[in-house]
Amino acid sequence: MSSQTPDGLLSQAMELVARAGDPRTLDEVRVQYLGKKGALTGLLKQLGQLPPDQRREAGQAVNRSKQALEAAIAERLVALEKEQLSAQLAAEALDVTLPGRLHEPGGQHPVNRALDRILSIFAQLGFSVATGPEVEDDHHNFGALNFPAHHPARAMHDTFYLPDGRLLRTHTSPVQIRVMGQTRPPVRIVAPGRVFRADSDQTHTPQFHQVEGLLVDTDVTFADLKGLLAEFVNAFFEDELEVRLRPSYFPFTEPSAEVDVRWTGEDGSPGRWLEVLGCGMVHPNVLDNCGIDPEKYTGYAFGLGVERFAMLRYRVDDLRLFFDNDLNFLRQFR
Amino acid sequence: MKINHQWLSAWVRTDLTASEVAERFTLAGLEVDECLPVAPALDGVVVGEITEVQPHPNADRLRVCRVAGDVDQRIIVCGAPNARVGLKAPLATLGTVLPGGLKIKPARLRGVASEGMLCSEPELGLGDDAGGLMELPAEAPVGKPLADYLGLNDHILDIDLTPNRADCLSVRGLARELAALTGSELSEPAFEPVDPVIDEAPEIELLAPADCPRYIGRVIRGVDVNAATPLWMVETLRRCGMRSLGPIVDVTNYVLLELGQPMHAFDLDRLSGGIRVRRAEPGERMILLDERDVALDPDMLLICDQQRPLAIGGVIGGLDSGVGENTTDILLESAWFNPASIVGRARRLGLATESAHRFERGVDPQLQRMAMERATALILDIAGGRPGPTTERADPAHLPKPVAVVLRPDRVNRLLGTSLGKAQIEAILTSLGMSITAKDDALLVAPPSARRDLAIEVDLIEEVARLVGYDQLPVRRPRGRLRLLAGSESEIPEVRMRRQLAARGFQEIITWSFVSQDELARVGQQDGAQVLANPLSRDMAVLRTSLLPGLLRTAGANFRRGQHDFRLFELGACFRNDEDGFNEPARLSLLMTGRMHSEHASGPGRMVDFFDLKGEIEHLLALNGVSGKPGFRPCTESWLHPGQAASVSLDGESIGSFGQLHPELIKQLDWPKTAFVAELDAERIRTAALPVHRSGSRFPAVRRDLALVVQQEVAAADLLDAISEIGGERVEKCIVFDEYRGPGIDKECKSLAIGLIIRDLSRTLRDDEVDALIARVVTGLEQRFGVKLRG
Repeated sequence: MSSQTPDGLLSQAMELVARAGDPRTLDEVRVQYLGKKGALTGLLKQLGQLPPDQRREAGQAVNRSKQALEAAIAERLVALEKEQLSAQLAAEALDVTLPGRLHEPGGQHPVNRALDRILSIFAQLGFSVATGPEVEDDHHNFGALNFPAHHPARAMHDTFYLPDGRLLRTHTSPVQIRVMGQTRPPVRIVAPGRVFRADSDQTHTPQFHQVEGLLVDTDVTFADLKGLLAEFVNAFFEDELEVRLRPSYFPFTEPSAEVDVRWTGEDGSPGRWLEVLGCGMVHPNVLDNCGIDPEKYTGYAFGLGVERFAMLRYRVDDLRLFFDNDLNFLRQFR
Repeated sequence: MKINHQWLSAWVRTDLTASEVAERFTLAGLEVDECLPVAPALDGVVVGEITEVQPHPNADRLRVCRVAGDVDQRIIVCGAPNARVGLKAPLATLGTVLPGGLKIKPARLRGVASEGMLCSEPELGLGDDAGGLMELPAEAPVGKPLADYLGLNDHILDIDLTPNRADCLSVRGLARELAALTGSELSEPAFEPVDPVIDEAPEIELLAPADCPRYIGRVIRGVDVNAATPLWMVETLRRCGMRSLGPIVDVTNYVLLELGQPMHAFDLDRLSGGIRVRRAEPGERMILLDERDVALDPDMLLICDQQRPLAIGGVIGGLDSGVGENTTDILLESAWFNPASIVGRARRLGLATESAHRFERGVDPQLQRMAMERATALILDIAGGRPGPTTERADPAHLPKPVAVVLRPDRVNRLLGTSLGKAQIEAILTSLGMSITAKDDALLVAPPSARRDLAIEVDLIEEVARLVGYDQLPVRRPRGRLRLLAGSESEIPEVRMRRQLAARGFQEIITWSFVSQDELARVGQQDGAQVLANPLSRDMAVLRTSLLPGLLRTAGANFRRGQHDFRLFELGACFRNDEDGFNEPARLSLLMTGRMHSEHASGPGRMVDFFDLKGEIEHLLALNGVSGKPGFRPCTESWLHPGQAASVSLDGESIGSFGQLHPELIKQLDWPKTAFVAELDAERIRTAALPVHRSGSRFPAVRRDLALVVQQEVAAADLLDAISEIGGERVEKCIVFDEYRGPGIDKECKSLAIGLIIRDLSRTLRDDEVDALIARVVTGLEQRFGVKLRG
């Protein structure tokens, strides 16, 4: 050992450092030369045996080797850790193009999706939501809405009856009567919900959804109704569609109108007029039936078919698809 | 109502094309569904006459005809069996393109040149008779374009009339409307009374004057019921959707279409004595024109002779009192029936007749005499005969009184948002045939007798709006007094629930509100089910008391369509008729089936299980904050697996149940795999509590884990409740992190590993304090449940 010089030991150690393939081996090299019983440490211990005039110089030589070795080990350690990390990262690499782990996303039914949109637009116009029962009596569904008993207008509604004479509401208009029976003008509501007609074919389902709107206040005119509907239709379809009102007949409004929009085909074919809703000025008999003075207040009402709007909006060509609940269909409207 | 444009044009002078008329009608509220040409274009087809017929030299079945048509003579080879000298038939000249696309060119048929084609009905798109050439009347002018001769340059308007516009169920009414809409001249023909030739007047008794306040009868003797109805009338009826049924019925149908007055003709010989108009008697029956023997209801109005009912007034005639092949003498009826006495009767008898359709909507009460004169004149023209006097019985007290409606111009403007002057309004109403007298600032308006829909002021305002045109009325953008619409924070909007479920992978469905009894019984939900009086089918016969049948139907259908992994939900009303009366609870249904995750490269993954669904329900309940403490208990439902069924409660109040479907049910449904299903009270879930902040502890928490061995029947929830109770506020949370049954544990027992998170609000707990707490808990559990610490 004593024959070893600091420089000789250093060059031996440096070679071992360079050869060390991992931090553990490297640490063994550190212990072998710099540990308590290490070779360089041993040289330091032997300094005391040297004559005093040589000690200083010899001590400096040992320390130089020691520092050089420490630096080399530290440097090597950084390099080894880097290598190790790269190896780990390489081993952990994934094919990130593989699909994620998920379950099929869910979604709202397209009719409710359209309904949400309709209601949120009317909410911005100050219409609050009102609801009513789906099983109604004749009074709310017909009588109070100015359908005379046995009038042919009732034949426009194919009504489902219960054995006791009650019925499944044929429209959401009865909510008008319920709301006006409880509150005084100004009334500004929309009434969404399921309605029922005893009719089932390609273009009719026995159950569908309507939104009824009602506004009663002083100074409400047909001009307000026209303005509201144009605004709504354009907002719903995000398009400046041509809207026209045509005279029609509903017992509970007068003047009454059907509303058509000019609809451009998917292929860009020029617009056809499509009927989208019915509306009118609230009939004075209806206001009267609810104890509202028709001389003081006027109002308008409208009713729209949600399926109709959903069909146009999402280009669904068959009404019945909405009630087949085929996941292949429903999942297109998430 | 179908009407042809030509007929209308004879009453109103306009230059409008049929489609322009259709547009005007539609925009005035008489919606034209269709405007179709009565025949295809037939340019080049003329009336031809066969002047000579020779056999074909080379073909037995062909003949060589000499035909006069557009030019003097042509040779045409023809194979029709009815080709004969003197026959007039349609001739397609050279260059004509027939409706089927065939172009007529000079041709040689078996060696003989042919310069045109004689046509059958189907070749021209005019009918179905392919048996030979279409035969034209002898007086048809040779060479005249066929379309002109037959008046085929015409369109049929199919108008979908609203029930209030009974006045437009006739040419007369539509013509009046069109004249008013276009400002054109109306030429209403004047129908002169036909003088009686004989003096036989029928006896008429009005025994139900409120139902039938006017009845006009007239005898015509010596009519020829075999006379041919003229082509123009047959053709007009055809275009309006009616078949020719002999001259008398054709005339009454024609008058019905022309004037809107339904009429009836009786065979005079089959009547015994005069006419009695009365209500049906209890138990009375009659055989209708359609040969059905029907029971009559006491609210049905009958036209009778002295012995028996002849017709149901305004609805349909009887079988053997009408005009037949041997009829020579007739009694014509023209009556006014009260709409209330007619409405619904036809429908009740399964009938829809033109007559009932008009009477129940309201016929012009002033029309009966005019219609009688018009019909008499037409019958005499066509079938001859000797008319008696027009005999009327009326009860003026029951006839509709003429109305006079006060119209305030400022009310018109107030409702329509217009600024119309009095004169403008007057002009509009006058054009609709109303007579007007001034009354202070208002107008006193008398509508024409046919407009039975105009009775109050707003009816007239609508007329003004219609005639101005809805598109011409002003528009005002939305405005109004602002009002806040903030909903309550303690009600979770339905849309939020739907969106949360959608985000958790559930697809929303909407199923029928009607289901079958069997489907409800299958899931034990048949109690309180409300049946429909008139269901569409057995499958849709009762109102759902539960969302389960619709959910199972949907899942089954999707399994059959090859879906494997899906989650469904529905939110909707159910209907229950029980001791609390009738109510419509809002329910929520959930279903999960298949894999927890879609198939993945990392491995097949696992199937969803009970705890996945339970977790979803806990997620949902978390929406409503701290409004109630959720509780889960084992339960029994016929549709659920007995070992995997739980009820859910909030603050002890049950809100539904869930679990794995019963294996027997899966078998019955023939499903390829099981599913986990819940049905919950949607109303209760949507009720939330407002969150209230509590400050948390700033001091560290300690976790101690306990391994407890306990009888299998002991519910984990009970242990956890007891730990909270014994441990008090310092036990912040308990976590069950393992459940074990098997070797090392008694057969009747299970081992539960529970972690307790312990913390104090005001200071750091010492070890000995925590030890004491744990000891208290363990002792308590030992006493209550016989729990042992696992060694």
